[in-house]
Amino acid sequence: MGQLLQQVLSGLATGAVYASLALALVMIHQATESVNFAQGEMAMFSTYIAWMFVQAGVPFWIAFVLTVAISFLGGVLIERILIRPVESAPVLSQVIVFIGLLVIFNSTAGWIFTYTVQEFPSPFGDTPLLGDMITSSELGVIGVTLIVLALLYVFFRFTPLGFAMRAAAQNPESARLVGIRVGWMLAIGWGLAAAVGAVAGIMVAPVLFLDPNMMSGVLLYAFAAALLGGISSPGGAVVGGLVVGVLENLVGTYLIATELKLTVALAVIIIILVVKPSGLFGTVMVKRV
Amino acid sequence: MAGTGKISDVDLAGSSAAALSGDGWRWLGVLAAIAAALALPWLVSNYHVFQLTLAMIYAIALLGLNLLTGYNGQISLGHGAFFAIGGYTSAILMHRWGVPYYLTIAPAGLLSFAIGVLLGLPALRLEGLYLALVTFSLAIATPQVLKYFDSWSGGSQGILLTKPAAPSWFPVGTDRWLYYLSLALLLVVFWAGRNLLKSRTGRALVAIRDHPISAVAMGVNTALYKTMAFGVSALMTGIAGALAALATAFVAPDSFSPFLSISFIVGSVVGGIATIPGAVFGGVFIQFVPNIASDISDAAPWAIYGLFLLAFMYLMPQGIAGTLAVLLRRLKPARAAPAAAARGPLQ
Repeated sequence: MGQLLQQVLSGLATGAVYASLALALVMIHQATESVNFAQGEMAMFSTYIAWMFVQAGVPFWIAFVLTVAISFLGGVLIERILIRPVESAPVLSQVIVFIGLLVIFNSTAGWIFTYTVQEFPSPFGDTPLLGDMITSSELGVIGVTLIVLALLYVFFRFTPLGFAMRAAAQNPESARLVGIRVGWMLAIGWGLAAAVGAVAGIMVAPVLFLDPNMMSGVLLYAFAAALLGGISSPGGAVVGGLVVGVLENLVGTYLIATELKLTVALAVIIIILVVKPSGLFGTVMVKRV
Repeated sequence: MAGTGKISDVDLAGSSAAALSGDGWRWLGVLAAIAAALALPWLVSNYHVFQLTLAMIYAIALLGLNLLTGYNGQISLGHGAFFAIGGYTSAILMHRWGVPYYLTIAPAGLLSFAIGVLLGLPALRLEGLYLALVTFSLAIATPQVLKYFDSWSGGSQGILLTKPAAPSWFPVGTDRWLYYLSLALLLVVFWAGRNLLKSRTGRALVAIRDHPISAVAMGVNTALYKTMAFGVSALMTGIAGALAALATAFVAPDSFSPFLSISFIVGSVVGGIATIPGAVFGGVFIQFVPNIASDISDAAPWAIYGLFLLAFMYLMPQGIAGTLAVLLRRLKPARAAPAAAARGPLQ
């Protein structure tokens, strides 16, 4: 029983990271109806930026804030320069641009920082808490994710800019008519997604260690999480992330070998898409012909 | 380069200026390319013969991807998985049961076909983006699955094979023999692929890609064609995988990383994703460009892949083959009726 609870709690910690990345995916999907395959690699690159700051002696939390800000700007720039030309292009073109981005981020990271695996500091230490049920770093990850979620919720629910962004995503034509600059709203959406991804990367790096390929597995879980919660539902993405994190741990501990964890995620993705494409909380898409 | 002359397949064949008919020019071009490909192994070193063999193998795999993604519009970012299935089937048959190498290619293709059809079934319910997502996940999961079944697959170490020797009736040495074997299979697969795509079936596939609802209204059995496109595409890529296992005499999970699938997409886009000869250009591209680039840095080949992907996407989405076809058509204004498929799904 103790082991079960421990597995659930540490699953919640990794789940929080999946939830963040899934949330980044959902944010871009809401605005553009596409899934950013490069989200994981962008997060990885952000994490390297944070690592660089920390190596240069910048205190962790200042490095954290700087990285999130740089990632935001980077996301905005990527949308303006690279994504905008294919905004209304066929899905295949968009997917290929995302794959191009993925490859460029991965190889640039490999080029600049080499493929050597690096250690990444955890700001929360590693003290066991609650009678060895959870470590301080796991608790810290959950805490940071919850704070990010709360901030995003407040931003989208109560600020004029948040409203404008939701309007631009839901109904671009009408939003444009009331004077919202839809293009810039999309760019800010990309920036926010990149910033949230950066948080996810920094939180997961102490566990996974830092290397250019560290996020491919995490991205797969984030896909599963976003689809489970319903790709049109930000709240769903968070619940999905936590569920996937806990499931991953339980399935890995009790049912099958750890080496098949990614395959489980793949199976989850296929089953959700075939059986219930709208996920747990998503709206059912109705298509007019 | 092997088969570069085959660009005549696209559409520039029908010049009315010369005495030969359009088909005549086309076949002349193809024959010249085949003649060049037959002579090539005697003109370059053994190592280059090996590289050209791999380029042809990639071309076969890319034709499979072009058929599915370019012609039929079903995005696959996980074709490396079928390449792996082909390669491992061939390797396991040889390694465990001592099956002669030439008998392993057909089973490898057939198993890939079966798995392709099985994957094609859920793919029916997945539209563009979601299929891309599932196949991308498949690409990520593939190496792990291969490692897991280690009693069959040899785990992370993979399976070491011996290169097949040339038969006694054709004593040309191992490398050249593999070259000619791949060339023969390339010709068969391309001939079959061309016939398939230039037929009723090919038009149905393009119709499903461009306007699924109209296709259904015209009486096209969408589900059947889409599943079969998945199967045939997997078949081609599986055959290529088996050949690659023979040519490199080695299979290991890490050769089938998600980046293999991505390099297939790069090859397809650069060559021309909705063309037949584009597969050959793509094969040559993904075989030779990384080799040249890796002199700069380990990461350089991939950086160049990424830049090429973006550059082609924005500047010439029809790829090399499609752009050449358009240019040559411009030289001959008399010819109307551009091939719909050569224009491609990316614009």
